[in-house]
Amino acid sequence: MSDVAAEVRDLRMLYGANEVLSGVDFSVRTGEVVAMLGPNGAGKTTTIEILEGFRMRSAGEVTVLGQDPAHAGEAWRARIGVVLQSWRDHAKWRVRELLRHLGMYYARYGTQEIARPWDTDELLDVVGLSAQARARVGNLSGGQRRRLDVAIGIVGRPELLFLDEPTAGFDPAARREFHELVHRLTDLERATVLLTTHDLAEAEKLADRVIILAGGTIIADGSPDELALRLSGNAEVRWTRDGQRFVHPTDQATTFTRELFRQFGESVEDLEVRRPNLEDTYMALVQEYEQ
Amino acid sequence: MTATSTAPGPAPAQARPRAVAARLSEARLGLARGGIEIWQTLTYWPDLLQALFFSAASVVALVVMRGHHVPGTAFSLGSLTLPGVIGMNIAVTGVTGVTALLAIDREDGTLLRAKATPGGMSAYVIGKIVLTAATVLLGLTLMLIVGLLAFPGLHVTAIGWLTLIWVAALGLLATIPLGILLGSLIADPRFIGVIVLPFAGLAAISGIFYPITHLPGWLQAIGQVFPMYWLGLGMRAALLPGALQSVELDGSWRLGYVLLALCGWATLGLLAAPPVLRRMAQRESGSKVMARRERAMLRRT
Repeated sequence: MSDVAAEVRDLRMLYGANEVLSGVDFSVRTGEVVAMLGPNGAGKTTTIEILEGFRMRSAGEVTVLGQDPAHAGEAWRARIGVVLQSWRDHAKWRVRELLRHLGMYYARYGTQEIARPWDTDELLDVVGLSAQARARVGNLSGGQRRRLDVAIGIVGRPELLFLDEPTAGFDPAARREFHELVHRLTDLERATVLLTTHDLAEAEKLADRVIILAGGTIIADGSPDELALRLSGNAEVRWTRDGQRFVHPTDQATTFTRELFRQFGESVEDLEVRRPNLEDTYMALVQEYEQ
Repeated sequence: MTATSTAPGPAPAQARPRAVAARLSEARLGLARGGIEIWQTLTYWPDLLQALFFSAASVVALVVMRGHHVPGTAFSLGSLTLPGVIGMNIAVTGVTGVTALLAIDREDGTLLRAKATPGGMSAYVIGKIVLTAATVLLGLTLMLIVGLLAFPGLHVTAIGWLTLIWVAALGLLATIPLGILLGSLIADPRFIGVIVLPFAGLAAISGIFYPITHLPGWLQAIGQVFPMYWLGLGMRAALLPGALQSVELDGSWRLGYVLLALCGWATLGLLAAPPVLRRMAQRESGSKVMARRERAMLRRT
C-alpha cells in the first residue's frame, strides 16, 4: 500500500463564471485522519465529492488510492467508503438485511490483506445496532439511522473513508458515541479518514491533521497543535492573589509563569494557562483571510 | 519465437472472463435485490394494494360490465374488453412503475447509495426491472384468474397461452426500458402524475375500451405508433375466439405486426435508456440529494 492515500494538485472547480475552488493542494497520508474545515460555501463538499468520484472537476490533478476518481472503475469504488447522509432511502428494508445485501457487493473485491465484506453481525455490534437487526430501517431513530449510515459506509472495509458532516444534527450524547465509533474504526482498521465538519471540537478530537478551506483555497494545513501554535502569542495566564483575580495575555506563557512564582511564590493561587484552542485559531485565520 | 512475454497487467484472455464475472455478479445481486423488494411488496399491504390497484379496479369494472353484450352477439362486453385491459396494464405498469421507482429513489438517495457501491448501479437497475416485471405479472395473473372464472366467453387454446407468454414478455421488454428512460429524465417525483395522464389519452385511441376501427384514420395511425395498441391486440389474439378478429383492423390479429412493433420499441428503449440513465447517475451526488431533501421539506411545511 502506498504512503499517500489521496493527492490533490491545483484543483479547480467552476460553476459557470463562479469559481468555487481556485487551486486547492493537499495530500492525505495512509492511516491519517484529516478534517476539512471552513465556512459554508468554502468548497468543502465540492472537494470531497470530487475525491469520491461523484463530481467532475474543472481542472487540476486528483489521485485517490492511486487512481483518478473521475475515471476509476468499480474495483476502485470497492476500496472507498462513503458515509452518506441518509434520508428515507431503503425505509422498507430491515437493518440486517440491508447491511448484508450491500456487503455482498464487496465480496469479489476481497484481498489477502483485507477480507471483504465485514461480517454483518460483527459490524452491527461495532456500530451498536445488534438490537435493531430486525427493525425496519424506516423505524430507526435519527441516531440509529446515522450509525447505520456509518455501517454501510464501512461494510466493504474501505481503505479510505469519507465523512461529510457526519454529526450534523446530533445531540451531544450521539455525537460522543459517534466519535468513539470513529476512534474504534481508526484503531481497529487503520483506515484513512477524510471528514468535513463545522464542529471544531470534533475536528480537534478526531483529526491528526486539519485543513482549513476558505473562499476556494486552503488557508491553513497542519495538526491541531501546530495550528494553535501559530496563535500562541495569544495565550492567557489567569491567577488569583490575595483574593484578587488577574488576567494577563502573553506570548511567553512559560517564562511569564516562572517569573510570577519567583516574585509572589505561594500567594499565587488558581493558576490557569489557557492556550488558544482550534476554535480560536480557526476564527482568527478565517477572519484574517476575509480581511 | 520462443521468448515469453512478461508484460504487466492482465492479458486480454483473462480480462474477458473477469468482466463477464463482474456482469454475472451484478446480475446475481440485482436478482437478489429484486427478490427482496418483491417480498417486501407482498408482505406490506399498502404496497401490495398500490401494486395491484389498477388490475383489481379494472377487473371489478369489467365484472360489472359482464351483463352487457356486444351488440348483435351473445358475447359479453366484459370478456371482449378484458384482454385489451391486460395489455394496457402491461404498458402502463411497465412504463410508469419504473419511472416512479426511479424518480423516488433518486430523490431519497437510494440511487446515490447504489452509486457508492461497487457494481451497485447495474444491480439496482436489474433489481428495479425484476420488481416491475413481477408487479406486471402479478397483475396479469390476477386479471387472468378472475377473468377466466368470471367470463365464460374467454377460452384459451394452447397456442393462445403461447401467444400470451410471448406478447407479455416482449411487452415487458418494450415498456420497462421506456420507463427507465422517462425516470432518468424526470427530476422531480411530483411530475409522475403528469406522465400518467398521456396514458389515459393513449388508452382512448389504442382500442382498449372502444374498437379502434370506429376512430378517424389519423387517430388510428397515432394509436398504432405506441406499444399499448399492440399489447392490447396481442392479448385479444391470445384470449378471444378467432372469429372476433373480424372487428379488428384488416380483420386480422396481425400477430406479425405485433411482434414487429414490440420488438421495435424494445430495441429503441434498450438502445436509448442505458446512456440516458448513465448520464443521470453520473450527476448524482450527496449535495444534490441534500438539496432535494431540503426542497421536499419546504414543500411539506
